Amino acid sequence: MSRVGGRSSTDPKKVSGELFSLTYGSLVAQILKDYENVDDVNKQLEKMGYNIGVRLIEDFLARTNSGKCQDFREVSEKVQSAFKMFLNISPTVTSWSATSDEFSLIFDTNPLAEFVELPDHCYNLRYANILAGALRGALEMVHIEIACWFIQDTLKGDNFTELRVKFIRKIEDTIPPGDD
Amino acid sequence: MNITNSNPVIRPKTSILDKSLSRGKQEVSSSAFALLFSEIVQYYQSRSSTVSELQNHLHAHGWEIGARCLDLILIRDRPSAKREIKLLNVLLTVKSTLWKALFGKEADKLEHANDDEKTYYIIESEPLLNRYISVPKDKGSLNCASFAAGIIEAVLDGCNFPAKVSAHWHKGTTFMVKFQDHVIARDKLID
Repeated sequence: MSRVGGRSSTDPKKVSGELFSLTYGSLVAQILKDYENVDDVNKQLEKMGYNIGVRLIEDFLARTNSGKCQDFREVSEKVQSAFKMFLNISPTVTSWSATSDEFSLIFDTNPLAEFVELPDHCYNLRYANILAGALRGALEMVHIEIACWFIQDTLKGDNFTELRVKFIRKIEDTIPPGDD
Repeated sequence: MNITNSNPVIRPKTSILDKSLSRGKQEVSSSAFALLFSEIVQYYQSRSSTVSELQNHLHAHGWEIGARCLDLILIRDRPSAKREIKLLNVLLTVKSTLWKALFGKEADKLEHANDDEKTYYIIESEPLLNRYISVPKDKGSLNCASFAAGIIEAVLDGCNFPAKVSAHWHKGTTFMVKFQDHVIARDKLID
């Protein structure tokens, strides 16, 4: 049987966003089945995100040629461009703390949460926790320790999804990364 | 936070069913997908002791995706939402519509086995799922495209053409589709 039509002109560096969100969705569903406890699921998703972030940062640095960030505001811009590069979304950076060590990322839509509805018993599930992990892992590789967590989520009835990012400390060179 | 079942859950004002399906052109970077997929493979690897167990996990994961994709492509890409009732047309839908929706291109080839009327092959020389995977020597038969095999199987099951789909290393990656006997028998009746 011959091939119908040629290859489409889709960019080989791009992948269908729906394949991505469906793949992630069934991963979350599977982990829920395996762990049963929602808090453990949140932790597992964060851990997987961390692993991704640790490897993702190399890709980011190689592609953007970016140097060291001078302050946390510059970090927030880089984070924003990374979201554009990898997930094709542009979160807004807002709500800076007075000391410039904490900011929020606002997503109009939750990029991973296409086709998702949280059942009642999963109310505490932080569905997109993998993003928080990825951010933490990526920044740890460039010697910035942060904490980040979701404070609003469209899946829980909020108008937008908000991820809060807090600078903890600069990791000194003498400590091997990932070694607590 | 202390949420029990007696507390009313705040639901979004519009339910998920109220949203339109029209979007779908959104794309993400292949690195993001590759890293996510790699985490998935590692997650299942840590929970399986044999290669076939790992493949079964991936297959089942793909199945969940395929079951949802079927609804999606029927509603979006086939506005008449007409179901295929001919076996060949169903396979062509998988090869073109489904593959395009998921991987941005058609599958390379669709072949019918010479010696067995219920076996078909969908051939994909460079499957996305295997692009970044290097198979360790001690797990030679591992094929992460089992994931895609699961997707195909779910779509065929959903169309009421139950089949077993498995991934093999042959001319790139080949998905072997083995229909159940009654499917072939039924198909002959429609001619």
